[in-house]
Formats: sequence, structure tokens, C-alpha cells
Amino acid sequence: MSSSNWTAELLNQLDSAAITVEQISLPSTTLWQIESNHWKRYAELAIQQNVRWVAGWAEQADHRFFINACFEKQGIYILLRTIVNVVKPELPSQAPVYPAANRSERHTQDMFGINFLEHPDNRRWTRHKAWDKHHYPLRKDFPVQGEPEDITPPDMDYPFVKAYGAGVYEIPVGPVHAGIIEPGHFRFQAVGELILNLEERLGYVHKGIEKIAEGRTPASLARLAGRISGDTTVGHCWAACKAMEQAAGIEVPRRAALIRGILAERERVANHLGDMGAICNDVAFVFAQMQFTRLRELWLRTNEKVFGHRLLMDRIVPGGVVCEVSEASCTLIKQDIIHLRKEMSEIMPAIDLNTSLEDRLYRAGYLSPEIAAAFGTLGYVGRASGQNQDVRRDAPYAPYDQVNFKVALEDQGDIASRFWVRYKEINAALKLIEQFIEQLAATGNLTEKQMLQAEWRTPPAGSESLGIVEGWRGEITAYIRFDADNKIARFYPRDPSIVNWPVLEKLTLNNIVPDFPVCNKSLNGSYSGNDL
Amino acid sequence: MLRLFKKIIKTGIVTEKCKVPKDDELEELGIQIKNHIDKRFSGSIAIRQVDAGSCNGCELEIQALNNPYYDIERFGIHFVASPRHADVLLVTGPVSRHMQAALLRTYEATPNPKWVVAAGDCAACGGEFGVSYASCGAVSNVIPVDMVIAGCPPTPLALMKGLLGLINP
Ligand code: SF4
Repeated sequence: MSSSNWTAELLNQLDSAAITVEQISLPSTTLWQIESNHWKRYAELAIQQNVRWVAGWAEQADHRFFINACFEKQGIYILLRTIVNVVKPELPSQAPVYPAANRSERHTQDMFGINFLEHPDNRRWTRHKAWDKHHYPLRKDFPVQGEPEDITPPDMDYPFVKAYGAGVYEIPVGPVHAGIIEPGHFRFQAVGELILNLEERLGYVHKGIEKIAEGRTPASLARLAGRISGDTTVGHCWAACKAMEQAAGIEVPRRAALIRGILAERERVANHLGDMGAICNDVAFVFAQMQFTRLRELWLRTNEKVFGHRLLMDRIVPGGVVCEVSEASCTLIKQDIIHLRKEMSEIMPAIDLNTSLEDRLYRAGYLSPEIAAAFGTLGYVGRASGQNQDVRRDAPYAPYDQVNFKVALEDQGDIASRFWVRYKEINAALKLIEQFIEQLAATGNLTEKQMLQAEWRTPPAGSESLGIVEGWRGEITAYIRFDADNKIARFYPRDPSIVNWPVLEKLTLNNIVPDFPVCNKSLNGSYSGNDL
Repeated sequence: MLRLFKKIIKTGIVTEKCKVPKDDELEELGIQIKNHIDKRFSGSIAIRQVDAGSCNGCELEIQALNNPYYDIERFGIHFVASPRHADVLLVTGPVSRHMQAALLRTYEATPNPKWVVAAGDCAACGGEFGVSYASCGAVSNVIPVDMVIAGCPPTPLALMKGLLGLINP
């Protein structure tokens, strides 16, 4: 089936179901607008075509709410929209059809007071106690400062799922965890050592990112986007800038795109190195932890030397990048890659042949391809469970449109798979960096400023766009709408963690409690990227 | 197993020398000390790290303190799992309102005498997030702070020097 067929097919089916679709073309995306009472029916027809639910968010425009959901198949993204009135904002939920829409709709419910009818679980999600039930922070009449109490009370009365029976007990964990990691709460029901049920309660690091984005300039929004999740600073910043650039009709210079590619792949390698060490550390295999943290440190030092920041924050700006990569830097990067390959060739066999690691990582934390598909699981977690999805290949954007690379794929779905997918992705990333560097040499001889940054143009008021890139955790989508005067009216970033967190509840089932940390690490969701 | 030992021997010791910093060096690194740790404690401190709303960038660099290059444990500085075992709370992030109570409780659970280090621009002044309906801003808006280590995120070297500066008045 050719790739545009599914949209035609779906439009046909919508037509037979008497659902009128107004098609509007946006820069880089197609917008389909439907009546709100058809919201769920659309989902039912879309899922029959194996279309993936990507993201959901809302926006206020005077006395109306725009409710958006994004869908994808074969690299084609459709933005679905419906409009409801502020007076009685309600519409049928898509969550009974797409489990991935569940928390997203709860977030929209908490932030806008929009009611999703027949939602399978309409408990609050992002709201703890910092604002009360009848206030909605993302409505236009809610002031940025809100009306907080001096001390926000702890969220004590959240109605967790309960389990009863002889020998069943509960373990509450967090929000403050034992390691140097982000805060969140996990509630286990266990019998003996076996996990019967796990429930995640997130939202502790909700910082109001969507609200404080409003009114920013493009440059200031890029800085904020780079701080949605510190480990994905390149990914989020790129997605946000891509959306802004598309809205403004700006093309990024080829050289800047290549440098963005290098930055993104370097971010991927750094995080995978850290994770591979941490996964081994969680099963007490310290050798690997020490080796991988050492390699990660060397990698970050090159970041500092070449790009001026260890984690690569604020290197991407609207229109391009701020850092030039000189010939000497290219040589350094290339040497680094050779060195890393050599080190890996010594470390990986030592790990591969280790029986105690095998014992802990194989078959633990199993995520079946069916569940992974049902939740639209992204990145290495999805790819370790057979989900063959990667924006860089499926909806290629510069500089990935002119390179060859292979998307790593595994199908065992266990922690070992998620470990090995990371290793394969490191190898693919190194090859990509080499290709980008080669192409850098051939990018003309304009003045440096022109090569690195396109001149900014104020986009027309109301223009909107969706920036989609493959971050190191998987697909990142960023929605942007501009107000007049170059100001941001709405920013919604969807970190891959938002989609991936729910499958942690699935893949830990029937594992033992002491294996939870390594299950969690193998997924490594971002708390900050989820809570916004 | 042989491969493993071979790699360990080949890697050798990569830990780098690090001198106890002078005050002007600390200042250069953007570190402000309001209270040194008492002499009685010098030589060893137990740290409980609390992410009170960070973007996780600061955590990544704090984790790096345990990598073989910095190996902060050689100075007797180690991270503990419970505030009840801690001398120092190392707090990152603007304090999100949803973490305010948890941070206060962690502070209360830490036995006296205790010190609080605010690490990163967000912890120091609210950073990119500031004060809002969702964020209390700087750590000092919630609990008393004894030392501030600036940076977004502070480098492992700045973190290490800061912590060393704290125990060696
Ligand atoms: S100081 Fe920077 S790295 Fe640290 S939490 Fe704030 S934004 Fe993230």
C-alpha cells in the first residue's frame, strides 16, 4: 500500500460514517477539522487502519477551545482538531480506543477543565494541590502567578488502585527517591517478592512550562524548550525551533542542519552510554558502570571543547545554530569516534559473555510487541519490542534526508533487548556523525553568519506548526502557535516519555520488586519531560 | 572473566588530581559559601540529593561526580539514600509547588547540624522557570540555604570544588 493511501482510505471511511472533515493545509502538516461529537468515532476508524496516536493537547481561543490530537502512519502526520465552547466544554474521549490518549486527556482536563466523556479513568493527573479543582492554569483568565498557598500541601488523598487479599501488601516509593534521580511516586502491590500491580503517580516536577511559554520570543522559547528535559536539551530545542521555523517559513542553512544532526547524535550517544552503565549498575555489575561512565565523561568533554557546553544546551537557536564546527574540531570528533569504537570492542565482549548479567537481564521486564503497539511505544523501548518506527527515516528532515542509516530493531522485548538496541543505536549514530562531518566540508563558502543562521522573519499572527524530530528517547513533537509581534501564543511539547511511561506499569508485572529499578532504568522515562 | 580483568588493568586509574580550592577560586566558579561545615565534620560528609523540580540536567552532572575521573568518594564525600543519614542536602531545580512539602519533610528528617547546598541556576534563583503558580523559584524561598553553586548545569568540577570548599574552611 502506498503511503498516501491510508489517508484517502480513512477519509472514505469517515465519509461513509457521515463525518465531515474540513481539510486545512498547514506548513508541513495537514489539519483535519471535525465536529466534536465525532471525536471518538474518528479514533475507532483510525485504529482500524493501524494509525498511531501521537499526541493530544488543547488551546483556548477566546470563547472556544481547540482540541487537538495528532496521528501518524508511514511517516504521514495528521493533525486532528475539533472546537468546543468554553461554556460547556465536553467531548467523547478517545482513551477507550487509544490507551496512549489516557493521561494526555487527563492532563487537558486538569489544565483546561475540558471534560472527556466516558473516559476510562478520569482521576486528576497533573493537578496535585498547587491549584484547586475549579481552576485551570492554561485558561487565559488564569494568571501565571496563580493563587498558591504559602506551603502547598502534599498530595495525600490521591485515590490509588487498591488490592486486597491474604498476603497482599503495598509499597509506596517516592517522590524523593534513594538515588540521584528525578522525583515521582510508585505504588506497588506485591505478594512476597512478586509485583501484582504498579501504579505511577507523576506530576511532582510540574513547573508550568506550557504557561510560562506564552508571550515569549522565539529565542526565549528555544531556551525554555532546552530545559524541558535536561538530557534531551538538543531534541526538544530542535523540535521547538523546527516548529517555529516552519511557521515563519524559514529554511535552515544546510550547514546549520548538519551541525544540528551532529548535536542530536552526540546527545543520543551520551545518553545511551550513561544508560547502559546504569542498567548494569542496577544489577550490581559495577565494572560496566565504571567503564561506561568513563566513556560518557570523555564524550562530554569533547562536547565542551567543540561546542562549548557539556550537555549541548542552547546550541540550537531559531534559524540555525550558534556554534561553528571547525576543521580541527571535525578531526577531533572523528578521532573520538575511532577511540570509542575501540573501547566498545573491548568492553562489549566482556559484558556479553557474563553469565550473571545474562541471568538478570534476559526475560526480565518483558514488553510484548502487542502492548508496545497498543500504547504507541516510542524510541528504543518500542524498537526493542519490534516497533519499527523512527522519524529520521519515516519522515526525514534535514540533515537526515541525505544520509544512509539503519534503524536498530530487536524483538525480544526484555531488558537485554533494550540494552542491545542502545548499543546498536550508538553504532548507527557514530556512522551518522561521520557522514554529517563529511558533508560539512561541502557546504559552500558563505559568510559564517549566513551559514549558521537564517535570518528570522516574524510569522503572521495565528500561524501554527508542528515540529517533529527523533530525540534520543524517540519521537518528539512540539506544537507552536504564534500571536502577533513574534510572541508565542501556545507551546505544547510532547516528550516520548509521555507515551512510554504507561508501559512501565505493564512490563514490571510479575517481575520481583528488587528488579523494579533495572526495569525502570531500561525504559528511563523523563519525569520533567512528562510533568512539564 | 579474563577479558574483564584485562580491560580493568588496561584502563588503569584515570582519577584526576583535585586540589582543595581557595576562596577566590570558588568565587570564580560562581560558588558562594554562607556557612562552612564545622571542623568536627571535616573529612567526611554524607549527602542526600534532592531533585525539587529540576530538568534533570543538574542530576546528570551530579551523577558524574561518581565517575572514575572525579571519584568524589575519595574525599569522604558520599551520597546516601536517606535524609536521616545525611549531613548535607544537595538540592536542585526551582522548587516545584508539588515538591514543596516533600522538600520541607526531607529537610525536617535530616538531623542537625545540617547544611543545604543549592546547585544550579534554578536552585540559586529560579532560573528559566522563576516563580509561578507551579514553581516556588529558588530553594532559599523554601528552606535556608548555606551554599550556592551556580551554572546551568554546574560542571562536575564546580560541584566538586564547591563541596570540598564546604568541608575545608
Ligand atoms: S540549572 Fe539548568 S540544568 Fe539545572 S535544573 Fe535548572 S535548567 Fe536544568
